[in-house]
Amino acid sequence: MVDANGSLTLVNFGHLSREYIVKTTINTFSISAVTAIIGAVFGALLAYAISVGNPKGLLRRITLSASGVLAQFGGVTLAFAFIATIGPAGFVYLWFAQHHADFYANSIWLFELPGLALVYLYFQVPLMVLVFLPALDGIKPQWREATESLGGGTWHYWRYVAGPLLAPAFLGATLLLFANSFSAYATANALINQGQPVLAQQIGGALSGEVGTFEPGFAKAIAVEMVVIVTLVTVAYSLLQRRTTRWLQ
Amino acid sequence: MAAVTRGIQQTRRIKLEAFRAVVFVAAGIFFLVPIGAMFEFSTRGAGDQPRTLAAWQSIGTYPDLVAAIIASLELAAITTVAMLVLLVPTMVWVRLKLPRLRRIVEFICLLPLTIPAIVLVVGLFPLYNWMGNNFSDSILTLAFAYLVLVLPYSYRALDVGLAAIDVKTLSEAARSLGASWLTVMWRVIVPNISGAILNAAFLSVALVLGEYTLANNLLYNNLQVEIAMLGRANAGVSIAVAVASLLFAFAVLIAISFVGRSRRVRKEAITGLTGPLQGASS
Repeated sequence: MVDANGSLTLVNFGHLSREYIVKTTINTFSISAVTAIIGAVFGALLAYAISVGNPKGLLRRITLSASGVLAQFGGVTLAFAFIATIGPAGFVYLWFAQHHADFYANSIWLFELPGLALVYLYFQVPLMVLVFLPALDGIKPQWREATESLGGGTWHYWRYVAGPLLAPAFLGATLLLFANSFSAYATANALINQGQPVLAQQIGGALSGEVGTFEPGFAKAIAVEMVVIVTLVTVAYSLLQRRTTRWLQ
Repeated sequence: MAAVTRGIQQTRRIKLEAFRAVVFVAAGIFFLVPIGAMFEFSTRGAGDQPRTLAAWQSIGTYPDLVAAIIASLELAAITTVAMLVLLVPTMVWVRLKLPRLRRIVEFICLLPLTIPAIVLVVGLFPLYNWMGNNFSDSILTLAFAYLVLVLPYSYRALDVGLAAIDVKTLSEAARSLGASWLTVMWRVIVPNISGAILNAAFLSVALVLGEYTLANNLLYNNLQVEIAMLGRANAGVSIAVAVASLLFAFAVLIAISFVGRSRRVRKEAITGLTGPLQGASS
């Protein structure tokens, strides 16, 4: 906010309209939205599979501890794990290539946004399990019995009873996942060396001056942009969370 | 009628079990294959040669890497101890004497959760510049920043533990028997929330060992930064170290879950207590 003469300026915020920043913002938004929605759907399925099992079972304990570790999985390790799996020298890719199914025929998409999205799912799904499982555990068997005694089937139960009750929790968790991807830096930086496709990398770039120029003021402007977006998402999340706790306890 | 209902329930249970099996197998493949692939990759021989452990054995021959491993372990220890010393007495004190401040303390502790790490870097950058010039440029100064980073996770873990015991009654009982505040903390509160303390410690160790964003942008070479740099030169070794750090985290987690469980079992066996004194380690 302070220019070379030490007086206040808004020039750095004006720089946010630079073409590549607008493009990066859109990129970051879309990858966060896509991984949040896919992660929420698959995470919810996994959480449901856990919740209908034995509440004191070994399977539940293992999946929950594993989710705790995987949701915090270091970004660098994660990027390497996927490079070792489906990277150009990874054994899964080599196997597919030998069987005439070269999925990198057009481009090595692992090192572009689609690849980044796939890698993000590795921590998004476990996070969804951790956040959504308490809501699923709040489902009471009586609701199902009540539906059945009124003549409703499985479809009716999910459409009119469990669905609407779980919807706020599901949406809230999705928003949390969105904020989580939006803030991620390490994975993207370890996986993609060129182009800095997400906002967090642009901040790193403006701070280090390795790519482009050293612009600490501009880094702060991008940081403010990120904080504003993440704050809006978090406020929406806590509002939805409050609505959830009214029913599921 | 009853037979029909039973039939419906039977088919539903079979469907549910099939659904669970599919979901668990798919999740298992997605989450375990990349970890297995890291093992596979790090034991590959050069060219067509057979599998070797060369990459694992040569970890010790990279002095920068060894220094980074030691620095990260030291940071994990310092951050965890500092976090416990700072948080446990504060949270107990707030619960006992200043319940009105609880919301504020909670808000401050959870705040780092909503601020992306890269945004923290922007604020910390000039601070660390100044500290590097005037105070110390040791990598261990990162512990200050990491302390902020681990606050939300540790706070929540400790809060669960404190909520499960009756802090007020316990400390009043101990005080009325003549214990000093130090004794109350060390001999009464801490043993009762040992499970929560272990959880908080694990979260903070795991977070510090996996931290990359702050170290990389504040120009310190911790474990993850070194792994990322080495990955460009010698992928085999860096992937071996990455697997090793992951296994270390798993090992600590399993150790903690065993310690927590055996403590609880022993307590039950000795005192047979049920009620507020118990159940802190969940």
